Amino acid sequence: MASSINIADKTYNALVEIGDMTFFAKRYFKSVGSAPIEWEELWRQCYLVGNRSLLLVAVTGFILGLVFTLQSRPTLSEFGAVSWMPSMVSISIVREIGPVITALVCAGKISSGIGAEIGSMRVTEQIDAMEVSGTNPFKYLVMTRVTATTLMLPLLIIFGDAVALFGSALVEYLKGGVSFVLYFNKVFDAITFNDLLPATIKSFFFGFVIGLIGCYKGYYCEKGTAGVGKASNSAVVYASMILFVVDFIAVFISDIFFEI
Amino acid sequence: MTESNTHREVILEISNLQKSFGSNKVLDNFNLRLFRGENLVVMGKSGSGKSVMVKCLVGLMEPNSGRITINNKDITSLNQESLDILRTEIGFLFQGSALYDSMTVRENLEFPLRKHKKRLQINETTEHLVQQALKSVGLSSALDLMPSELSGGMKRRVALARALILNPSIIIYDEPTTGLDPITAKEIIALMKSIQSSYGTSALIITHDVDCARVVADRIILLIKGKNYIEGSFQELSSSTDLQVRAFFK
Repeated sequence: MASSINIADKTYNALVEIGDMTFFAKRYFKSVGSAPIEWEELWRQCYLVGNRSLLLVAVTGFILGLVFTLQSRPTLSEFGAVSWMPSMVSISIVREIGPVITALVCAGKISSGIGAEIGSMRVTEQIDAMEVSGTNPFKYLVMTRVTATTLMLPLLIIFGDAVALFGSALVEYLKGGVSFVLYFNKVFDAITFNDLLPATIKSFFFGFVIGLIGCYKGYYCEKGTAGVGKASNSAVVYASMILFVVDFIAVFISDIFFEI
Repeated sequence: MTESNTHREVILEISNLQKSFGSNKVLDNFNLRLFRGENLVVMGKSGSGKSVMVKCLVGLMEPNSGRITINNKDITSLNQESLDILRTEIGFLFQGSALYDSMTVRENLEFPLRKHKKRLQINETTEHLVQQALKSVGLSSALDLMPSELSGGMKRRVALARALILNPSIIIYDEPTTGLDPITAKEIIALMKSIQSSYGTSALIITHDVDCARVVADRIILLIKGKNYIEGSFQELSSSTDLQVRAFFK
């Protein structure tokens, strides 16, 4: 009996949270559409989100390409299909693995960072101070950060994919003597518009989710330092979880509209 | 209300303010009048509703009922834009200073000017206004420091400079001396007095620091259980025979 009440409570709380996030998203779209836009802060956030994640995305992408190729090589070799390596790796990375891994890495770095930053601003009354000074804190903090992640994540994903393919090409060069030119020729032969477009579109949604969840968790942070920690932690957990849901929906829709 | 008060200009008025959180009634028909040029201190125990009252006052919280008038404008009926404009007439010193910790002292002070300088038709340069505000709190040298590099007293001064930068007619101090050592607290109290004389501001001071109240208060309101329990000068209240009042001033 007690456990069923517990489950009912948890379900209710989860539904309330989904509802709150939906209203938060609605508020974001309303603030994007109304002047004035905080351009200076938006550019600053784009720079911070993009530039500060570059190294992490590069390292992750490089290792991803490297490991993926190393692990796939023996199996393809067994079937005498090593020449298919560039097309297999490139399609896998561009369509699915690259966007998802980069988004997860960014959820860990960006979403938690935003959650902690806005959360500590809430706890130390900086958001109240902003409001009292006649500045809309939602517009200044949330609108700029969510827009920045939405715009920057596709670029980070493209960059991550490129580095991953470079890692893969390096393995092929060292292990199989395949030149970089030949490798990338095969990559560009394999990738089509139908691979690139859905992946790019979904990366905008990934960016939106990462920014929105981080801002939501920070903006409604509970009091105290524990609240900030919780906001940061739950931002990563929620963002990662919702990324997979968005990915599933994106793949489902791509399957209908694009020939996979 | 004393007879002398009836002829003075009311700059801020709270009438029958009620605020509850669930069944917990924090403010119960609270009333307050702040006159132009006056320092009004609101004292009360922790949890007596002082901070809730000031948050309702600046629109950070919505009261359940009641009326709040600032410069004859009812803030409970204003839209967001009008409220933002009205907020420029109020400087707010937060208990923990609430400086933007990702910005330098200069950027903290420039922040309120970004949106309102043009609208308020302030002709001086931003640099001049920032320098002037910092000079008035005796911290001209801290311009390019980050808040993390400042002591508690310095933070409070910078926060005060930020509250003053739009030249507001009212300043709200929320526990201005809490968390400060006695010497720094005295410096902040002296600063509050000097700001009143140099800027001609009216001040609403929320505190439970009796020393602070003794020095700065023209009038004191004691807030007990969400109601204004008693009102008077420091001398009147400190010589009161009422046990609840004496508990504060002994």
